[in-house]
This record gives sequence, structure tokens and C-alpha cells, in this order.
Amino acid sequence: MTTATKTPPAPGPVRAADPGARARRRARLSRGLRLTVLLVFLVVFLIPIYVLLVTSFKPLTEADPSRAWALPEVWTFEPWRVAWEKLAPGIWNSVLLAVPGSLISAALGSMNGYVLSKWRFPGADVLFTLFLFGMFIPYQGVMIPLVQLLVELNEITRDLTGASGVFYGAIPGLLLAHVVYGIPICTLIFRNYYVTIPDELIEAARVDGAGMLRTYRSVVLPVSGPAFAVVVIWQFTSLWNDFLFAVFLTGPQSWPTTVMLNNIAGAQTVPYSQQMAAALLASIPTMIIYVLLGRFFMRGLMAGALKG
Amino acid sequence: MRRWLPGLLLVTPSIIAIAVFVYGMLGWNFRLAMTDKHDEVSEGSFVGLENFVTLWDQKRWGISVDHAIVFTVVFVFGALLLGWLLALLMEKGIRGEGTFRAIYLFPMAISFVATGVVWRWLMNSAQGERAVGLNRLLDGLGLGSFQWGWFRDPDWGMAAMAVPAIWQMSGYVMALFLAGFRGVPEELREAARVDGCTEWGVYRHIVLPLLRPVTLSALIILGHISLKVFDLIVAVSGKQIITDVPAVFMWVAVFDSHDPAKGATIASYIVLAVSVFVIPYLVWTLRRERRS
Repeated sequence: MTTATKTPPAPGPVRAADPGARARRRARLSRGLRLTVLLVFLVVFLIPIYVLLVTSFKPLTEADPSRAWALPEVWTFEPWRVAWEKLAPGIWNSVLLAVPGSLISAALGSMNGYVLSKWRFPGADVLFTLFLFGMFIPYQGVMIPLVQLLVELNEITRDLTGASGVFYGAIPGLLLAHVVYGIPICTLIFRNYYVTIPDELIEAARVDGAGMLRTYRSVVLPVSGPAFAVVVIWQFTSLWNDFLFAVFLTGPQSWPTTVMLNNIAGAQTVPYSQQMAAALLASIPTMIIYVLLGRFFMRGLMAGALKG
Repeated sequence: MRRWLPGLLLVTPSIIAIAVFVYGMLGWNFRLAMTDKHDEVSEGSFVGLENFVTLWDQKRWGISVDHAIVFTVVFVFGALLLGWLLALLMEKGIRGEGTFRAIYLFPMAISFVATGVVWRWLMNSAQGERAVGLNRLLDGLGLGSFQWGWFRDPDWGMAAMAVPAIWQMSGYVMALFLAGFRGVPEELREAARVDGCTEWGVYRHIVLPLLRPVTLSALIILGHISLKVFDLIVAVSGKQIITDVPAVFMWVAVFDSHDPAKGATIASYIVLAVSVFVIPYLVWTLRRERRS
């Protein structure tokens, strides 16, 4: 900048330089505003979590409404201990359900997805759409027949093996239901993933004389890791959090976490601190998965929106 | 033929399972709805659509349908608006976006039952001295006059019931819209700016039209969740009539009234309500895939 010319600058250029600065200032302002609004929503979103945590560490002496939002004066693990005692059988049932359930679902989904994307037969698209409808049906619409079928299966297994109550009112029946109704979403996730494998790879294996299963094993399976992660995590979360099937298909011996939790929380006699501790306990496995493997969980979510 | 037959064989177990458990059982349920099997033991004979008509004479059914409508409207538009707003605020990139995203989406990983436990406490209807939850918080913030009955309010109770559902699902809508926003090619926006479009103009004429498929997906997903809502209602208020919805009514009909035909009729109505917009959506999706 030289000061050789003493003439004051014409208004034009100065004004022209101004919009740049003003735009920058406006951008800064809008960024600050956006951040503020997002932070406000963040606080609002975390309110339930705060309540759960704070309440779950309160001793019974602090159950007064006036201290509802206050931090505990004395922190205690007692509600957690009692909640664990009450909930433990349900958690064990949920593990027995969700671990095998998610693995079986992934195996089925992978095979279906492979065939529907890389080893297609006439009418594959229509069939796939018919599968997808199964993803959206309200399960109320199949619940009564499903109960009847499982009751029948109970009688058949009793006549054959003498074991009573294997399907209806037990974990295997609930597992069967979840695996079957999980087929659509698992097939969808794997199909959308396998579509991205270049057809040339499949063709090359074919030319080398590999059949369908060989091609699957040597070409497709080795790159399936991410899709397996998405499906296993997605199904595990769905099975763990399910309440509808559990309420209709299980009995006191086989109640999973959600039903147990609802019974604990539904009882008027159980103090809030224990209810909140039980709700947190019931959510721990899915929360850990979300924190550690949220990426895969997200992709499962997105698949549900039918975006390839 | 030799090429595709093995594939068909591999999928056959799933085809049979879906045929029996989805289509077979939906049909079976419809048939049951058309009988007079109103107890556990009788055979039940065919009565046509009689149950579908007489259901409307029941006061509880009318109430539960009204509730489902109020819940659906508040929940779907609430989650759609909030999700869209959050996505819009984050779209241009913001410091700590990952953290924001993770926290808004985090409720999705929790069961509706656990959500229900904490929201029942938050939406406790007690007021004044005995107030806990949000009523106590309002009082503490000097907004004591805004205390109300929440889901126990006779007129707007179902709107309150939609609040935890919005809390749980708006992060999902945000994620959908964010993916949609990011999918709009930057060249297109640039071109519009060069043509003298304002930022708002770019948004209105370029971004919004491209977001239509995303919005439709979000609508369908929220809508079908809303029409079959069950866990949340049971966890917050149990089987009370004040918050009754068709899915809860069906549960009561099957387990408390021991009336299979009535339960099947209610279930059929829920299936019909969902099918009305899911089937066109699936057909549209299939067509779009074929085109691309």
C-alpha cells in the first residue's frame, strides 16, 4: 500500500471491497448461530440420559420430588445391584436369543444376497420386492397364526421327543420368528453390498470352471467382512431391543430383557432409582456396540431406507 | 437353465419361509378375521366382513384410531422437521460434527421399552409440590404455568406420547437428510451460483427437488413405524384407554378378552393401513432401480 497518491479513494472500490468483509462476517455469524442451535438441541437430547444416570445412583432417602433433578448427595450402587439381581435371567435369555439369531440371520442373508445380485434367476427382482414387503409388514398381522403354529410345533416335538414347551413360550420359538422375519432386511443389506463387486470377477471365476458355491467361497466371501459386520450388529440390536415378539411368544421362563424390564418398571412398588438402573442395564450391550461400531450400525440404518 | 437353477435352489429355503411366515400367515390372519371364532375353543364359521364392520361400533376402537392419527401426525411431522433442521444446520460442515451426529443418533440404539421407562418419569402428570420430571423442570425454570398432564391430557395426550418417539427417531431422519444433502453434486450448486442464484435459491431450486426421494423414504419409514407403535405405549402407560392405539388394543383382544377373531380383525386393519402406502412405495423403488 503506497501513500503516493493523496486522492481519497473513490467510493466505488471501497464499497466493493466491503461486501467481502461483510460476507465473511456474516458467514462467521451464521456459523456461530448454527453451532449454538445445535448445542441447545444437544443438551435437550441428553436430558433423558442425565435423568437415567443421576436417578440410578440415588439412595431411597433421596426419592423426594423436590430433589428430582438434583445430583445425588450420597452416591450408591444399591439400585444397580438390585436391578441386576432382578434383570439377570432376562439378560441371559437375550444373549441366548441375540447371539445365535444374528449369526444365523447373517449366514442366510449372505447366501440370498449373493444369489439375488450375482447368480440371478428369472424373476429375481420380483421375488426380491416380495421379500421387501416382509420388512414393512406390521407383525401384528402374523402374530396370531404364528402363536398357533408354535403351539402346534410344541405338540409335535412333545410327541416325537417327549420334550415339552420347546417352541412356544421358549427361546427357540422366538429365535425362529426373528430369523425368518429378519430375512428381508439381511438379504437387502447383502444384496446392496454385493452389487458393488465387479461382474468381471464373477465371470472370471466362472470361466475358470468354478461353480456357484466355489465362486462364493473364493471370490465373494473373502470381501464380505463389512456386510457381515453391518448385518450382525443390526440384527443383534433388533433382537435385543424387540418387545412385540417377546410379549406374544415367551413365558416367564424365557422372558428376554425387554419384557423383564417392562415388568420391573410397570410395578408400582419398584423405586425410580431401580427402574432407571434396570433401563440402563438393559441398554448397555447395544450402547457399547453403538459407541464402538456405530459406523456399521449407521449403514444398517441407511439400508432400511432402501438406498442402494 | 443350468446356469441359474443352483441359485434358485440356494434361495429356496428363504422363499419357503417368507411364503409361509409372511404371505401365508397374513392370509391365515385375514381368514380368521372373517370367522366368528370369539373364544379359544370354538371352531369358528365364516361370517364374511362382519367383524370389520362391527368393530367400528366399539367405542374403544374409535378412540384408538383417533389416537393413532394424532400420534402419527405429530410424530411424523415432528421427527421430519427436527431431523431436517438438524441436517440443514450441519450440512455445510461444523466443528465436532461427528460428536453431534453420534449423540443425535444415539437414542436409535436403545429399546423403546428403556426409553419408555425414563419418559414415563419425565412426563409424570403430577404438578406443583409433588411434581417430578418435566413439570418440576418447568416449575424450576419459572414456567410453572406450563405444567400439564402430558400423556394423561384428555385432548392432547397422544401428542405428548409422540415426544419420546421424536426423540428416538429424529436422529435417523437427520442422517437420511445429511446423506441426501451430501449427495447433491457441488458442480450443480456452483453452476446455479454462477447463474446468479442466491444461497436460498440454490437450496430451493437445486437441493430440494433432489431431496424428494429421501423425504419420501423418511415419510414411509416414520409412517409405518407410527401405525404399528406398540412398545413405547406399553412402556409409558401400559394398557390404559387414555393412550390406547390399535396395536395395544389387539394385544388386549388376544390375551385379555381371548377373542382371536377380534384380534385378527384389528391386526388386519393395521396391515391394510400400512400396505396402502408401502406397496406403491416398493413398486416405485423397483421401477427406479430398473431404470438406473
